[in-house]
Amino acid sequence: MSRAHVLLRGVTRIYGDPGASSRQVHALGPVTLDLRQGEFFAVVGPSGCGKSTLLDLIAGLSRASEGSIEFEGRAVAGEVPEGVGVVFQEDACFPWLTVSDNIAFGLRQAGFDAQERARRVTHAIELMGLSEFAAAYPAQLSGGMRQRVCIARTLVMQPRLILLDEPFGALDQQTRLLMGDELLRLWRDTGATVLLITHALDEAAMLADRIGVMSARPGRILDIVETGWPRERDSRIVAESSFGEITSRLWRSLRAESLKAIGKSASAK
Amino acid sequence: MRSAASYRLAIVGGSVLLLEVLCRAGVIDHLTMPAPSEILRDLAVMLRAGTMYPAMAKTLLNVVIAFSLAVVVGIAAGVALHGWHALRQGLDPLFATYYAIPVFAFYPLLIILFGLGDTPQILIGFMLAVVAVIMNTLNGLDRVSRVLLKTARIHRLGPLATALKITLPCAAPHVLTGVKLAVAYAFIGIIGAEFIMSRTGIGYEISFAYNNFDNRIMYPLILLILVVSTVVNTALSHWEKVLMRRRGQG
Repeated sequence: MSRAHVLLRGVTRIYGDPGASSRQVHALGPVTLDLRQGEFFAVVGPSGCGKSTLLDLIAGLSRASEGSIEFEGRAVAGEVPEGVGVVFQEDACFPWLTVSDNIAFGLRQAGFDAQERARRVTHAIELMGLSEFAAAYPAQLSGGMRQRVCIARTLVMQPRLILLDEPFGALDQQTRLLMGDELLRLWRDTGATVLLITHALDEAAMLADRIGVMSARPGRILDIVETGWPRERDSRIVAESSFGEITSRLWRSLRAESLKAIGKSASAK
Repeated sequence: MRSAASYRLAIVGGSVLLLEVLCRAGVIDHLTMPAPSEILRDLAVMLRAGTMYPAMAKTLLNVVIAFSLAVVVGIAAGVALHGWHALRQGLDPLFATYYAIPVFAFYPLLIILFGLGDTPQILIGFMLAVVAVIMNTLNGLDRVSRVLLKTARIHRLGPLATALKITLPCAAPHVLTGVKLAVAYAFIGIIGAEFIMSRTGIGYEISFAYNNFDNRIMYPLILLILVVSTVVNTALSHWEKVLMRRRGQG
């Protein structure tokens, strides 16, 4: 539980022309952070603070301008390591494939035989409550269902690190709570390390073991809040008194930063 | 949908019927055009006699070659240009004005370069068709969302696998629009070229029959081309509809 699974050391990301500093955008960092093996870590921060940039860097989708990232002791640099799964906010279903073919996509690429593919896909379809829709195309499904397909497509690969970039951002509040429950169950069942990027404080407070609070751009980790939830938990913890304490602590840290992000100083009311 | 189909049937059927009446009443004289029913009968006679089979085989084979080349080269070029931004920007205006150029004007040059055989005819069909495929492939690839490209990288796909497994399937309905145009252009190019620079093929036979006032050959051949290209196009349109319906469009 306490071993570091992902290590970030002084990670920064600067966009733009390295020759002309006036045209550069310092998007992120420096960020130094450890994700422990098997923990559920959430990152909250004001919009535009570089949360998604952080996820892209850990996923190996882009390169850090400075600093280093390690996953399971190996450097991550511009290539997605084996064992990492990512779910995005946007609909990433393949519209030309059925639900079960969507879910089997990664397994097919990785060369799993038909029997193992069928076993894992069937299991994931049942787990995500998609049994009725196995032969349907994504266009026939609701937004929440499509997001489940994307989660299932990630899960069948049995990733050891799951990165979630606001996966429920496009869903309504009730669906988000229920999807949160499912996510917690999956996290317990798989034993994977989970990093969740979100702008919703309640979502972070409900799901995570630890929550990193990011500053306005360039995003740095200002505070790490331990929620102290038991591993067995679900969305009913939103009724606990400590839930309110966690969200208000998050908001205290974030309020000034959010004001900065929309161009006002913290003193302005 | 049902009423659209019945309007279509009424217009086409009505026109044919009108032609039939006009021909039989002598408003359109027999030397200009035989009645549609006679054309159909002549076509049946011609097909049974089999005299035109070599010409038909030659034309269809050349159409298939020109079309296949245009599709393969067009899709490959589309994928390559999509990844090569600077070259694409340079070529875009040329593509946009491409169909303002009468390709047939180049036929003397093509004959000088490739002789009187099938090659210049196939090339004309190919040249007409290929740019439609390239433009529609590019159009489709432009619409592939960034998140799908990220997903390709998450699945550790290389550039070729990304094109074959993600971007081209995603762009398929647009690519298919290009393919449909390629069928039409390949037919136009090959048959047009046969009119002016061939001694075989359906285009040549139509032109030969025309020069000899042989309506009993000319009109059935025109009808034959009409039927073949309509059948191919309808089949492709049906396929396009299936793809679009899967995506909740159309």
